[in-house]
Amino acid sequence: MTTQILMPALSPTMTEGKLAKWLVKEGDKVTSGKVLAEIETDKATMEMEAVDEGTIGKILIPEGTEKVQVNEPIAVLLAEGESASDISAAPKKAEATKEAKAPAAPAASAPKAAQTAPEPTETGGKTQTVREALRDAMAEEMRKDERVYLMGEEVAEYQGAYKVSQGLLDEFGSKRVIDTPITEHGFAGLAVGAAFGGLKPIVEFMTFNFAMQAIDQIINSAAKTLYMSGGQMGCPIVFRGPNGAAARVAAQHSQCYASWYAHVPGLKVVAPWSAADAKGLLKAAIRDPNPIIFLEHEILYGQSFQVPENDDFVLPIGKAKIERQGSHVTIVAFSIMVGKALKAAEALAEVGIDAEVINLRSIRPLDIDTIIASVQKTNRLVTCEEGWAFSGIGSEIAALIMEQAFDHLDAPVARVAGKDVPMPYAANLETLALPQVADIVEAAKAVCYR
Amino acid sequence: MAIKKATRGATPAGNSAATTEQLVEFYRQMLLIRRFEERAGQLYGMGLIGGFCHLYIGQEAVVVGLTACANKQDTVVTSYRDHGHMLACGMDPKGVMAELTGRSTGYSKGKGGSMHMFSREKGFFGGHGIVGAQIPIGTGLAFAHKYKNDGGMSFAYMGDGAINQGQIYESFNMASLWSLPVLYVVENNKYGMGTSVERASASPDLAGRGEPWKIKTMTVDGMDAVSVYEAGLEACAHIRAGHGPVLMEVKTYRYRGHSMSDPAKYRTKEELEKMRSEHDPIDSLRQTLIGLKVTDEEGFKAIDKGIKEIVLEAAEYSQTSPEPDPSELWTDIVVAA
Repeated sequence: MTTQILMPALSPTMTEGKLAKWLVKEGDKVTSGKVLAEIETDKATMEMEAVDEGTIGKILIPEGTEKVQVNEPIAVLLAEGESASDISAAPKKAEATKEAKAPAAPAASAPKAAQTAPEPTETGGKTQTVREALRDAMAEEMRKDERVYLMGEEVAEYQGAYKVSQGLLDEFGSKRVIDTPITEHGFAGLAVGAAFGGLKPIVEFMTFNFAMQAIDQIINSAAKTLYMSGGQMGCPIVFRGPNGAAARVAAQHSQCYASWYAHVPGLKVVAPWSAADAKGLLKAAIRDPNPIIFLEHEILYGQSFQVPENDDFVLPIGKAKIERQGSHVTIVAFSIMVGKALKAAEALAEVGIDAEVINLRSIRPLDIDTIIASVQKTNRLVTCEEGWAFSGIGSEIAALIMEQAFDHLDAPVARVAGKDVPMPYAANLETLALPQVADIVEAAKAVCYR
Repeated sequence: MAIKKATRGATPAGNSAATTEQLVEFYRQMLLIRRFEERAGQLYGMGLIGGFCHLYIGQEAVVVGLTACANKQDTVVTSYRDHGHMLACGMDPKGVMAELTGRSTGYSKGKGGSMHMFSREKGFFGGHGIVGAQIPIGTGLAFAHKYKNDGGMSFAYMGDGAINQGQIYESFNMASLWSLPVLYVVENNKYGMGTSVERASASPDLAGRGEPWKIKTMTVDGMDAVSVYEAGLEACAHIRAGHGPVLMEVKTYRYRGHSMSDPAKYRTKEELEKMRSEHDPIDSLRQTLIGLKVTDEEGFKAIDKGIKEIVLEAAEYSQTSPEPDPSELWTDIVVAA
């Protein structure tokens, strides 16, 4: 059977081109790699090489021809023992790609919580700071699973820049609690490789501001590789550290990254408020087979809460918690804003507004069902976050509620967020830039038309 | 096949460490890569392969020589010029080609394409599309080998273009600091896309980039599979003995453009022709085998025929396999916890 030489596509966008020059003539013998012709594409003049061996039996398109369509036969190649009389006329064209409509997201893989286990009881227990709860979560999981290790700047001998890893070096040794050089891009990528290699790294960023150095490894390597490998390359890794505004450290050290990471399919994003959240969610994050962004808050590290003493206290990722029941307005918050929302609810109670406060706990997957159920009851919604409103978590929740619970709203959704400015240093300006209890109270009153 | 059987421990090419059987296998593998890549280029031209497609033609000796030094538990990462590495690792040409055409039978079910393919089974950990990003990952695989004490080491390949990325040096520093079992290979094919090494690197001595981190460095002729193999043996012995990483600069050349749409105007035709006619790794090994009377014309014909069949079968498979089912759009995003 003779072989047709087809007009090649020589760029991702080329559909036609000029056959500028033939460098072989009929009767010429060619071998693989021999330049056959010069083709002018939409970008440049390219040489076209032979792939198969044989003799040029017939040139179908003369040189100088413009607008030759990609895949149009331009010559016929004869194999050993074939002659020009073997050339058939039927041109062979590659099949065009069919256009298809994307199927709807199946419930299982949509960005939604897959909640099965009942909520563990969270009453009783001991009083602990968030800092201690985080350390205990890591220590308990490291005792259980040899593959779990911690790496980051100052996590070992210094005992953690914020003392979260206090005591871990003593218990687990320098093989599993590893001080890194100041090299976020490098150690984040190294940990991703270690996760591909069968380990379960916990990577501490001294703060999430520094993780911007590593964001290519987090998104392109950790989050996307499972999909790009057709499911072969799971990346069980936790990136954790303080996120959001600390105090008086100005713009480069005071930013909430929740919406940055929540944007990316393949990542899970968790933001605990209380010590119980911190412990139960960090243990879940370490056990999870996916890359997790675990957003802590420096201001919360020293705050104390009740934590169940159960050694196996784990909270489900993707499930929100109703911190306060109410019937007039729903206030949704995460991380440090949960505390502010609860204070706002007390203030609102004094003026006769009964607020329900939802602690999101997870940003992705987002427990939209819990928010909708609450809005169906209250018909009013206020979202709270430290980060900027533009393309923020509140914007996403507002859009979802508009799509899924529009008829239940008696007022537009209100967003309480950080002011749209880089964080200022001056104490008074910093207070103005951050969302405060009073802002939440005001927003809640507004949606209640009070 | 008319291939003479090698005697164990034979040293056919003077003092070469390779046996005649290995030389024939090097030849076979290099030819497989070249024919596979030529066919991939053709399928690209037919519109069956889309997007970016970076061919390895000319560089075959590098990955073939080094992979011959690898053990089963070792791991490999490279950049997006990755088809040769996958074939050398023993991945099925059918599955690789079917991934190039975006079919369900490809290594990534058609969801990764040319630049993003993996096989845990064969120790191939990608196929990475961001220049330099595979190097911290390869370093992390080395970290895992050491942590698990599994006796394995990591092969981390990069091009001369990647050598100026900051994360390379972050990796060198940690690998040396922690004596990680990793071989860094710079495949210096003289051009990072269209920019020559001289125009991109303040010092053209790329192996020298390891010295500030106290990494053992080597410079090797990458157009000769035997030289690469021998250098690889020395590097791997150093690494497996626990002495830490090695940085090997391998001088090689790509015959085709950076990707399919590159007309390669930044170099002369004479330069390319000189490399092809005087330094081709396949032709020169063929001459060696003829000189050693290991393989005769009949033997080469048989090898060529066998390779051609494998590649044609892969090309056929890549065109007849179905596209991914639309439901695959929504799978493999996260692992069910």
